[in-house]
Amino acid sequence: MEYLIQGSVMIEKKPHFITFDNEIQHRSLWGDVWRQFCMHKGALAGVIVFIFITLLVSFGPLIHGIDPSTINFRERNLGPSLSHPLGTDNIGHDTLAQILAGGQVSLAVGFFAMLISLVLGTLIGVLAGFIKSLDGPLMRLTDLFLALPILPLLLVIILLFRDTLRTLYGPEAGIFLLIVFVIGITSWMHTARIVRGDVLGIKEREFVTAAHSIGTKKRRIIFRHILPNILSPIMVSATLGVANAIITESALSFLGLGFPPDFPTWGRLLYDGANFIQITPTRVIWPGVFIALTVLSVNYIGDGLRDALDPRLRGK
Amino acid sequence: MKSKEGEILLKVENLSKHFPITKGLLRRKIGAIKAVDGISFEILKGETLGLVGESGCGKSTAARVILQLSYATEGNVFFKGQDLNSLSKEELRKLRQQMQMIFQDPQESLNPRMTVGSIISEPLIEHGTFRGKVLQDRVEQLLESVGMNREFANRYPHEFSGGQRQRIGIARALALSPDFIICDEPIAALDVSIQAQVVNLLEDLQEKFGLTYLFISHDLSMIRHIADRVAVMYLGRIVELASSKSLYSRPSHPYTQALLSAVPIHDPKREKKRERIILTGDVPSPADPPTGCHFSTRCSMAKEICFKESPNFRKASRGHHVACHLI
Repeated sequence: MEYLIQGSVMIEKKPHFITFDNEIQHRSLWGDVWRQFCMHKGALAGVIVFIFITLLVSFGPLIHGIDPSTINFRERNLGPSLSHPLGTDNIGHDTLAQILAGGQVSLAVGFFAMLISLVLGTLIGVLAGFIKSLDGPLMRLTDLFLALPILPLLLVIILLFRDTLRTLYGPEAGIFLLIVFVIGITSWMHTARIVRGDVLGIKEREFVTAAHSIGTKKRRIIFRHILPNILSPIMVSATLGVANAIITESALSFLGLGFPPDFPTWGRLLYDGANFIQITPTRVIWPGVFIALTVLSVNYIGDGLRDALDPRLRGK
Repeated sequence: MKSKEGEILLKVENLSKHFPITKGLLRRKIGAIKAVDGISFEILKGETLGLVGESGCGKSTAARVILQLSYATEGNVFFKGQDLNSLSKEELRKLRQQMQMIFQDPQESLNPRMTVGSIISEPLIEHGTFRGKVLQDRVEQLLESVGMNREFANRYPHEFSGGQRQRIGIARALALSPDFIICDEPIAALDVSIQAQVVNLLEDLQEKFGLTYLFISHDLSMIRHIADRVAVMYLGRIVELASSKSLYSRPSHPYTQALLSAVPIHDPKREKKRERIILTGDVPSPADPPTGCHFSTRCSMAKEICFKESPNFRKASRGHHVACHLI
């Protein structure tokens, strides 16, 4: 009897032991990152808020059901009510519907413009830092872009390309592409400078020399040794980039260079509402709250990601 | 593993590395720091050549130039008869499989963002020799051969002590089963008990895999322990090159004599009688080395000729070479 029990215990234990062993062998990088990320309370809250905002602006219009462009002069400047939870504006637009519709555009602009500026900035920064002969030309180019007066430049670009893009992709998609591109191409300089500085430092570290001595190709040295080690400044500028892009888009819309006036974005709503701040202050407060929440949550996510991706901080 | 047949594995001929000093807006070259100034030596297959000298005398620069990690200003390096200068980038990259380096600071030489497993497997992946399960087995086997647990492959360098990190560096250098390894002060950053461990490990590995070492250090007793032949460097030049036995028993160059006189003797009676040759002054700047013999400014025996002419590197006795006018 005893023998039998022992036998059955052994049989039961064996597969368990094997899975445990496998677990040790295949402790994956992303599993570790995720575990560390979850330990960062702010980042977790950021993810929840960001997902909430994204879901709200993508599915909210389906539930709320009022067309943001409906004008109803009988219901002007109303306070919150059941049919208009956030009130209406001076020509009877439903504020909630406008914020939800504007959110889609603002989030998309922020995200894609950040992506463009990040890729461009990182590329130029890494090339300038890693390849000595490119350092001078690329950094002078960066200085040139920094010295350009951005608003006149935007004016010229938009005037030149607006109509072509409109005919090619339709009025809204065309303007969207143009704005994302314009914001991306005028905001990569700081990323490039920071990245270049960090690459210059990292490339002299001994582990990069070690990689050379092993016979690692240059391209792989960049991707395997340099990029992972400059992740924190890239993350920080990415999160700041989202905020920056949302604000720049609103400034462009305000100047009449962005989306058409009847096309709501958070920035546009904020600027339009500013004139009526004494009659209907909620028109300013709500877009402001949404911009602030988005920026803050993205910032926290970036913070958490940066910490989670650094093995030295993991598990502390 | 002393090879008696004397097959030359690495030959260094008149190797120099000068770093330019520039000034002004146009980066006009106004001089050069002569970090390595015309050194020549040969390393036989299976032996350990020790390279000693004080800080800043060009030992590490010499190592980097030999491995073509920075370009030589002058001179050639022949590895197995092949001139490394004449190779294309790709050929050199392939040849790197056979010559590896162990770095001084184990803290710095491992990428903090990579696991130990990926650090050790990097050379194997780069040269495409191993994949998948075989690669994993090889990494574990390497970890075991440097005396570490195979499960450490999943950990990150910061989770280890200095000695363990140096073993990881050694495992990486061994990964491609090279013939020749340059150890660039591998024990300088470790404390004494760990130094012995690492040096013993290096000796065991040499015996096991038939490795050839160029062992750079400033620790004379450690060099005596591990090296078959020793080269002494001063201000970018080799001043004395001899078998370990001959160098430690009959140091010929005044600089070597001064260096050796600084090594404590582990016998209190003899230690009391030990005569020290105290060198006065500082090492001259390598940007402006003295004319003639580089050591002339600090040499107690210097004669007129020492300040004028640079001494040739010549044979003093069998296998014992010295660069000094007085011998």
